[in-house]
Amino acid sequence: MSQTMDPNNMPFLSEASVSVEIETEDMTLNIGPQHPSTHGVLRLVAKVNGEKISSVEPVLGYMHRGYEKLAEVRTYPQVTTLVNRIDWVSGFANEIPFIAGAEKLMEIEVPERAQYIRLILTEMARISSHFVFNGAFPLEIGALTPIFLAMEDRERVLDLLESVTGGRFHPNFNRIGGVKPVAGAGPTTKKDIQDLPAGFYHDTKVAMEKVLKAVDTFEDLIGGNEVFQARTKKVGILTKEVAEEYGVSGPILRASGVEFDLRKQSDYLPYDKFDFEIPIGENGDCFDRWSVRTSEMRESAKIILQAIEDMPSGPIQAKVPKVIKVPKGQTYVRAENPKGEMGYYIISEGGLGPYRLKIRTASFSNISILPIMLEGALLPDLIAIMGSLDFVLGDVDR
Amino acid sequence: MSFSSELLIKVLVVLATAPVMALGLTLLEVKGSAWMQRRPGPLHVGLRGFIFPLATAAKYFQKETIIPKDVDEPVFKWAPAWVIAAVVGLFTIIPLSPTLIVRDLELGVFFLLAISSISTIGVLTAGWSSANKFSLMGGLRAAGQLIAYELPLILSVVGVVIQAETMSTVGIVEKQIEFGFPFVIAGQGIAFIIFMIAATAEMMRTPFDMPIGESELTMGFMTEYSGIRFLIFYISEYINLFVMCAIASTLFLGGYHIPLLPTEWVNFYGPLVLIGKTFTLAFLLIAIRWSFPRFREDQLQTLAWKVLIPLSLLNIMVTAIMKVVF
Repeated sequence: MSQTMDPNNMPFLSEASVSVEIETEDMTLNIGPQHPSTHGVLRLVAKVNGEKISSVEPVLGYMHRGYEKLAEVRTYPQVTTLVNRIDWVSGFANEIPFIAGAEKLMEIEVPERAQYIRLILTEMARISSHFVFNGAFPLEIGALTPIFLAMEDRERVLDLLESVTGGRFHPNFNRIGGVKPVAGAGPTTKKDIQDLPAGFYHDTKVAMEKVLKAVDTFEDLIGGNEVFQARTKKVGILTKEVAEEYGVSGPILRASGVEFDLRKQSDYLPYDKFDFEIPIGENGDCFDRWSVRTSEMRESAKIILQAIEDMPSGPIQAKVPKVIKVPKGQTYVRAENPKGEMGYYIISEGGLGPYRLKIRTASFSNISILPIMLEGALLPDLIAIMGSLDFVLGDVDR
Repeated sequence: MSFSSELLIKVLVVLATAPVMALGLTLLEVKGSAWMQRRPGPLHVGLRGFIFPLATAAKYFQKETIIPKDVDEPVFKWAPAWVIAAVVGLFTIIPLSPTLIVRDLELGVFFLLAISSISTIGVLTAGWSSANKFSLMGGLRAAGQLIAYELPLILSVVGVVIQAETMSTVGIVEKQIEFGFPFVIAGQGIAFIIFMIAATAEMMRTPFDMPIGESELTMGFMTEYSGIRFLIFYISEYINLFVMCAIASTLFLGGYHIPLLPTEWVNFYGPLVLIGKTFTLAFLLIAIRWSFPRFREDQLQTLAWKVLIPLSLLNIMVTAIMKVVF
């Protein structure tokens, strides 16, 4: 509303003009979709006042691939190929809740050995995902060395994944009712069949020792670094209440002090047979999110070491019909993925493929807190906060 | 020899030395970082990695120079020149021996501080003229940072000047020889640390590289630069690294001199000694660069104004008192 200023109506003008600061207009800064630290193609429209961010609006959808729709025209075994690519940093873990959901609808009892193999590989996917985080997060804050160390150690874990599944990123290894046998192992109808490659036990043991060593290195090199602490402690604090309200899950939720881990709460894989702890953060700041993930790597390595020790023998495939048809019904199965809770809501009409598949991904819910966390933050903190959330754009946009 | 021919020779020598030193430091940085990061590439590729810096330079020469539409063209084009002129200008006062120096200025240290501030203009104009918000923020960060760290840089050198009673760089080295110990041991240890921190900030190297901050501001004030102009920024960064480390060795580590060597041969071993000291210091900075993340802008300012400047003032006071007492 424009109004002519009458000096007589503004008796305090002279006093006011003395103390008023120069009001500058906020600058709109487009961070992304092409930006080094938006993990791909996230776009943030930020209003900045100097270095301070007054508001931020994430713009999603640059990587939308329509997996939910694609799943409707594919058969159940084919869908695993798609879901591998949702969170490509931990491809294997994406398959588990989907397969578990289909098995739940079909009421199949999965053999114990297959479940153990799934569990081991899921934990390996978690370790490799957290390795990437331990490289990328310091990189975004400005430390360039950890990523090379992390990638080198991650390679060992990926080699193991590859030796079992044949794929480093997209294993496509789970079958409904079990897992894939080793290449050339013969028909799956045999009672005992080779599933893990020769030397897997020994290689895993060596690799896990290296992982434990790498975690120590990271805790020294990254966590013990004063500049890293200065950049991450008391930065981007996410309180318990806000985290719960926004459906945040995974390490971010646990860093805020909520003891919620589906590996303990749910039974999609036999985690109850192993002894492991759930690392919990205290302050919910960036440093806690880093330390929770790093401690989780140690726990995952412990789980794997236990699992290869008491690996049961037996079949790796339950009896399933030749043509897999899932009976009519609906189910929701969720799992603790490296990034957080991942769930599949499957509606089956009794056909070859799902009638409708809703995918709940961790990163999508996790970045919904970005506008809240970033309000009033400084621009360098934006980078630190985004890095600590550890999202993958494929996991956001599906 | 006439003044003009002498000047010509000196200019040519400096212009030849500066890029060679930059290449040497690039090599040191590439190899040092590869060693720290267990990267096999730079230790094997291309004659065990030794032609890598040359290949990098050659690459930038053949790149197309892209000048975006909205830039302020003359300012944009000249910005790298300010930066490289400032850092090459500093070669004037680096003594390789008492006589091997471009010009032993009476006010050598003063000259150093005056000339080194010029690069701020280049950085700021580069950021402003690029017509890019990231560049602008990088340029402004750089300006704030360079102003903040100019002070501890100057103040830490003041202690040395008080102790040496001269501003000439040769004079400072001679004083250290006369004294028997380099100044870093004899009283100016804190000043040396402050000088190195401030110099790192001046060079905009990690942990003080917010003006570039590639993960935040893509490449800061250099975002829009390409081809040969980017190379000039890149090379001046390494020349600056050499110059700052050379000056630090001159002021604090005894420059071209090491004890027990005969002083009459100083023209022969002096350059090698200085370059050796310089590269050792540079390696220290390289090791720091590859192990630390970067500070936040406000933390950087806090460090400068609340820690370094009071400390350097204290150092001056203590030095002055000691000077009067002894």
